[in-house]
Amino acid sequence: MDYVIEMLGIRKEFPGIVANDNITLQVKKGEIHALLGENGAGKSTLMNVLFGLYQPEQGEIKVKGKSVKITNPNIANDLGIGMVHQHFMLVDPFTVTENIILGSEITKGGKIDIKTAEKKVSEISEKYGLAVDPRAKIQDISVGMQQRVEILKTLYRGAEILIFDEPTAVLTPQEIHELIQIMKTLIKEGKSIILITHKLKEIMEVCDRVTVIRKGVGIGTVNVSETNPNDLASLMVGREVTFKTEKIEASPKQEVLQIKDLRVKDARGLPAINGLDLTIRSGEIVGIAGVDGNGQTELLEAITGLRKSESGSILLNGKEIRNFSPRKVTESGVGHIPQDRHKHGLVLDFPIGENMVLQTYYQKPYSKGGILNYKEIYKKAKGLIDEFDVRTPSEFTPARALSGGNQQKAIIGREVDRNPDLLIAAQPTRGLDVGAIEFIHKRLIEQRDNGKAVLLLSFELDEVMNVSDRIAVIYEGQIVAIVDPKETTEQELGLLMAGSKRKEAGEKADV
Amino acid sequence: MSSRMKNIIVPILAVLLGIIVGTIIMLITGYDAGAAFIALWDGAFGDIYYTGETIRQVTPYILAGLAVGFAFKTGLFNIGVEGQLIVGWLAAVWVGVAFELPKVIHLPLAVLAAAAAGALWAFIPGLLKAKFRVHEVIVTIMMNYIALHVANYIIRTVLSEKSDRTADVFPSASLRSPFLEGLTDYSRLHWGIIVALICVFIMWFILEKTSRGYELKAVGFNQHASEYAGMSVKSNIILSMVISGAFAGLAGAMEGLGTFGYASIRGGFTGVGFDGIAVALLGGNTPIGIILAAILFGSLKVGALNMPLEAGVPNELVDIIIALIVFFVAASYMIRIFIDRIGKKGAK
Repeated sequence: MDYVIEMLGIRKEFPGIVANDNITLQVKKGEIHALLGENGAGKSTLMNVLFGLYQPEQGEIKVKGKSVKITNPNIANDLGIGMVHQHFMLVDPFTVTENIILGSEITKGGKIDIKTAEKKVSEISEKYGLAVDPRAKIQDISVGMQQRVEILKTLYRGAEILIFDEPTAVLTPQEIHELIQIMKTLIKEGKSIILITHKLKEIMEVCDRVTVIRKGVGIGTVNVSETNPNDLASLMVGREVTFKTEKIEASPKQEVLQIKDLRVKDARGLPAINGLDLTIRSGEIVGIAGVDGNGQTELLEAITGLRKSESGSILLNGKEIRNFSPRKVTESGVGHIPQDRHKHGLVLDFPIGENMVLQTYYQKPYSKGGILNYKEIYKKAKGLIDEFDVRTPSEFTPARALSGGNQQKAIIGREVDRNPDLLIAAQPTRGLDVGAIEFIHKRLIEQRDNGKAVLLLSFELDEVMNVSDRIAVIYEGQIVAIVDPKETTEQELGLLMAGSKRKEAGEKADV
Repeated sequence: MSSRMKNIIVPILAVLLGIIVGTIIMLITGYDAGAAFIALWDGAFGDIYYTGETIRQVTPYILAGLAVGFAFKTGLFNIGVEGQLIVGWLAAVWVGVAFELPKVIHLPLAVLAAAAAGALWAFIPGLLKAKFRVHEVIVTIMMNYIALHVANYIIRTVLSEKSDRTADVFPSASLRSPFLEGLTDYSRLHWGIIVALICVFIMWFILEKTSRGYELKAVGFNQHASEYAGMSVKSNIILSMVISGAFAGLAGAMEGLGTFGYASIRGGFTGVGFDGIAVALLGGNTPIGIILAAILFGSLKVGALNMPLEAGVPNELVDIIIALIVFFVAASYMIRIFIDRIGKKGAK
C-alpha cells in the first residue's frame, strides 16, 4: 500500500498541555481522508505540524514513503502540500489571477506577465471544472468562487495533497454540493485530499476514510463505508450523542413579536429589508433560512436597536419598539445571542464574570448609586457559570481565555437568565462541536417550552430544520415563504433560498 | 509568563537598556559613565533639597500621566494633554491674580478653574470624535498650538500690560508651602503632590469601582459589544476626554499655583504633556504604575541638571541619555513582543 502522506506517532507539546499525543495519520494516494475531532481536539495543531509551522517533539513524517523534515511552509509547498484556508487569504481589489500569482509572479523584463499567468490559470480552472474567471476581481465574486480561487492557488503551485480546513462552514447548500463535485474531480485527476471537519454528514458523503482525534489523542482510522454518523460522533465526543433534537410539539400562544412592512437600509445606504412581515408567538421557535447577505443581519440589528429602520413597525407584546435604543429594547424584554460573539457578545479583555452583567451592570444589586458591587456581580456570575456548565478556571479569568463553546455558553446563560420574552439566537452554534451544539439546542427548546418566543438565525440548514417549529425563508429582504420543517426538504429550502418562489406560493398569508 | 509579571519586567528592562546604551555612548565619547550616573542619582536624591525638587517635578508628571492613561483606558489617544495643561495653567493663574478671597475658597476655586479649562479643551476633540468621527489625535495636536498661542496672547494683553509674564498669584491662591519648603532645605516643593495623589485615587476609583468606569473600560476594549449591551459609545468617549482633560488642566495648576506662581509667555511647549504619554505607557496606564513612572521621569529630569556640574558631561549628552531611556521605554511594546515571542515558542 503506498501512502502519499504518513504522520507517524506525532507528539506536540505546549507548556502545560499535550496538543498531539502519538497521533498517526496515513493518507492514501487518491483518497479523501477526513480528520475529525471536536474544537480544540488538536486537528489544527496536527495540520500545522504537517505544514511546517510547528516542529513535533516526537514522530516521523513521510511524504511518498520518504522521511522528511518540514521546518517551514515553503518546504511543505515544495513537497506538494497545499492548504485551503478557512479564512481566505485574498486581496479583495485584485483580480483572481493577481491573487493566484501573488508571491510567485512570472515576470518578463521586470513586468508581470499577466497574460501567461491568466492562460495558465484558465487551463487549470478548466481541467478541474472550477469555472473561475481569471479576470474577475475578488470583491465581485461570491464566497464559493473565492474558495475556488484558494483551491486554484494551491494547484497553481503544484500541490498534490490539498488540505481543506472546514471548507463548508461559509457555503450555501448548493455551493457545498458544487464543492463536493470539485473534490471528486480533484481525486480523479490524481490528487489527495485531507478534509478537516466536524460535520459528519460531509464525511459520510465524500470521504473514503476518517481519522478521529479526541483531546489530542488519535482514536483511530476507520473506513467510511463501514461506519455511520452515530458511531463517528461517539468516537469523536467519547460518549453517546443524540442527533435528532428531542422536543415535544410546540404549542404557540399569543403573538410576542410582530413585524409589519419593515424597511431597513444597509451600511452602504442600499435597501436591505424591503417590506418584511414576520410574526413569532410565545412557545415557538421560528428559524430564518436564507443565503447570507439577504438582509438577515440588518433584520436582527433593526429589531435589537443597533440599526435604525426607515419605516414599518416592530411590535413586542403589542408595543412599538422600532428605533428604540439597544438598552430600551433589552429592557423591553429582548435577549440577543449575537452572530459574532467576539465582536458583539463579549468584552474579551474583561473577566468572564464581569461579562455576565454586560447589560445589567447599572441595575441593582450590581450597582448602587453608581458604585459597583463586585460581590453581587461575581455571585451572579458564579451561579451562571455553574448552571450553564461554562468551563473556566474561575469567574475571574478573562473571557478571551475561554474556548469558543464556553464563551457561547456564557453568553447564552447571560441572555436566558434575564428571562426575555423574545430570545434572538443568531448562529448560536457556529464553530462549535457536537457536544456544545446539543447543549445549546436543548436550552433554546427549553426557552420555548417555558412560553418564550425564539427567533433562530442559522446558515446551517440542519440546525434550522431540527430546532425550528416554523421556518421563514428570507430572500432579498423579504420573507418569501413560511414552511413546516417536518414537511419540507433541504432541496426545497435551497430553491426557496435561491429565490424561486414555491408554485403554490405568493402565499404570504400564513406569515 | 503571567501578564502581571510582564507588566513589571518590561519597564525595568526598558530602563536598563537605556542605561546600557547611554553608558556605551559615554564611553565612546570619553566621559566617565559611572560618575555620570552617580551624578544623576545624587542630583535626584543625593540631598534633601534635590529630593524636594524631584517630588515637585513628579507632581505634574503624575497628573499628565493620569490624563493620557485615563483616555487610553477608553481607547482614546489624548495627545492634547500639553495644550490642556497650558489652558489649565492659564486659568488657574487668572483666577489667582484676578481677585483676593479667603484661602479656603480661593485656592480650590483656582484649582477647579484649571480642571474646568483643561476639561473644556478636551471636550472639543471628544465631541468631534463622537459626533463626526474626526480622529482625536489630529484635533488634539492642533488644539495644542491653539492653546499655546491663545495663552500667550491673553497673558500679553489681558493679564499684563504687554509684559512677558503675569503678576504673581495672590498668596490665598498659592499652593506654596513654607512648611514643605523648610522640610526640604528650601526647595520649591508645594502641596500639589497631595492633589496629584488624590487624583490617582480618583482615577482608580472611577475605573475600578463605579458603573461609569465599567462602561468607560468596556467602550475602550470593545465598542461593538458596548453598543450591543446598550451603552452609549458617544457619551462615554466625550466623558473620557473631559475627565482626561481635567487631569491635564490640574497638571497646569501645579505649575501655575505651585512651582512658579505665575504664567509667562512661552516660546514653545512645556514638554510635560508629551512626557505624560511616556509616563502613562511606561506605567501600563494603571494608577500605581503611573506614580512609579512619574517618579522615574521626575528624577531623570531633575537629576540630569546635576550631571554637567558633578561629572562634566555636557548638557547635550545628558539630553541624549535621557532621550535614550525614554526611547526604550516608548519602545517597550517592542520588548513586550519579544517576550511574547519567546513565550509563544511553547504555548500556542
